[in-house]
Amino acid sequence: MAINAQTLNETEFFYGHKACAGCGGSLAVRIALKVLGENTFAVLPAGCMSAVGFNFPQLCFSNNAIISTFAGTASMLTGIEAGLRAQGVTDFHAVGFAGDGGTADIGLQALSGAIDRNDDILYICYDNEAYMNTGIQKSSLTPFGARTTTTPAGKNIRGNLRPKKNLFEIVAAHGIPYAATASVGYLNDFMRKIEKAKQIKGTKYIHILAPCPTGWGIQTDETIDVAKEVVDCGLWYLAEYENGSFILNHDPKEFTSIEKYLRKQSRFKHLTDKDIQTIQNSRDAKWEYIHRNFK
Amino acid sequence: MKPFLREKVPTSFDEIPDTTSYEAGYLVTKNAGWRSVRPIVDTEKCISCLRCYLHCPDGVIFRQDGKVAVDYDFCKGCGICKKMCKSGAIRMEAEK
Ligand SMILES: Cc1ncc(C[n+]2csc(CCOP(=O)(O)OP(=O)(O)O)c2C)c(N)n1
Ligand code: SF4
Ligand code: SF4
Ligand code: SF4
Ligand SMILES: [Mg+2]
Repeated sequence: MAINAQTLNETEFFYGHKACAGCGGSLAVRIALKVLGENTFAVLPAGCMSAVGFNFPQLCFSNNAIISTFAGTASMLTGIEAGLRAQGVTDFHAVGFAGDGGTADIGLQALSGAIDRNDDILYICYDNEAYMNTGIQKSSLTPFGARTTTTPAGKNIRGNLRPKKNLFEIVAAHGIPYAATASVGYLNDFMRKIEKAKQIKGTKYIHILAPCPTGWGIQTDETIDVAKEVVDCGLWYLAEYENGSFILNHDPKEFTSIEKYLRKQSRFKHLTDKDIQTIQNSRDAKWEYIHRNFK
Repeated sequence: MKPFLREKVPTSFDEIPDTTSYEAGYLVTKNAGWRSVRPIVDTEKCISCLRCYLHCPDGVIFRQDGKVAVDYDFCKGCGICKKMCKSGAIRMEAEK
């Protein structure tokens, strides 16, 4: 039976943490650990989730968990998996939780190496679309138009000039056994994907969009709605990559308004109607591609 | 089922690890002070769908007597549970 709120493991493994109220990243970590269970060894690089989870003596993980270097999530996972195997431990999961900066920028080389070796690890990127822990700087997963402290919005430049890097397909291009996208606005889909990743040997990658009220400029109670809306308006999508093909899990019949999605976040407040049209055009091009290439 | 608040906070050097490891799930401070509003569950209206429990970023909602209750030591008052409840069983009340 598929995992849902009623059947989910009641034990909490990420508890008492110091994330901001309404943090989407902490929800992604919490839910993933509940699906993975007690015999899970977690690696957290520099970023919000390590910063809020390990404030000695307040240690908020109830399973084995360790902080890695910013760039080293995947290499530490490789070491943990090999070390446990060498000790004869068989029933465990090695999971990493890295931010968008830690994954798409500084950690990409280590991740690519681990996929190349096909190490038996699960890498989860919680994507809050900027370097949040150091005060909202642009990463290569920050979307076009978003205001960050390094892509300010002024008279001449209106936020980030570059589109969001297509990391899911970059990871898939390695020929990885399993990759998926997810959103904290669709937790049943996310839980199903973690459950599936649990059963697969080799490298697994899940990219979950996780709104950050602090960096996005939304209310603390809007996290889930916004994470749902980004999928419904077509600026994010739920998909999987398996056995060499892409599968679309959710195909909105009609997109909800991009403008509504953007305007409720203060990081997009400055955008002009023309900017929004640019974003809409790139969405439409992306979906044309998805419909052509995904099953 | 969930970690608990310890009574003892390490205070001297011999209680602090000299290796890189320490007991998991070791909690010595609450998050209750962050909150300006608190969720109140109306157990009459609650249908135990667990949507609030599933979506709480802090995992502080738990099952109790066939309904749900909140661990106020660690609830931050974000209001997500209230938004997720389709039965209108949760309201947010200002902290005094
Ligand atoms: C090598 C190195 N460079 C820079 C830092 C500083 N640093 C710590 S966390 C962080 C931001 C992390 O951003 P992201 O990976 O997106 O995670 P988030 O904080 O958004 O959860 C940075 C730049 C560091 N710890 N190590
Ligand atoms: S800054 Fe954002 S990602 Fe970091 S703890 Fe706060 S809400 Fe979560
Ligand atoms: S207000 Fe937020 S932290 Fe408190 S119980 Fe509701 S969802 Fe959880
Ligand atoms: S969401 Fe509402 S009805 Fe469902 S368990 Fe929570 S309080 Fe009860
Ligand atoms: Mg980030």
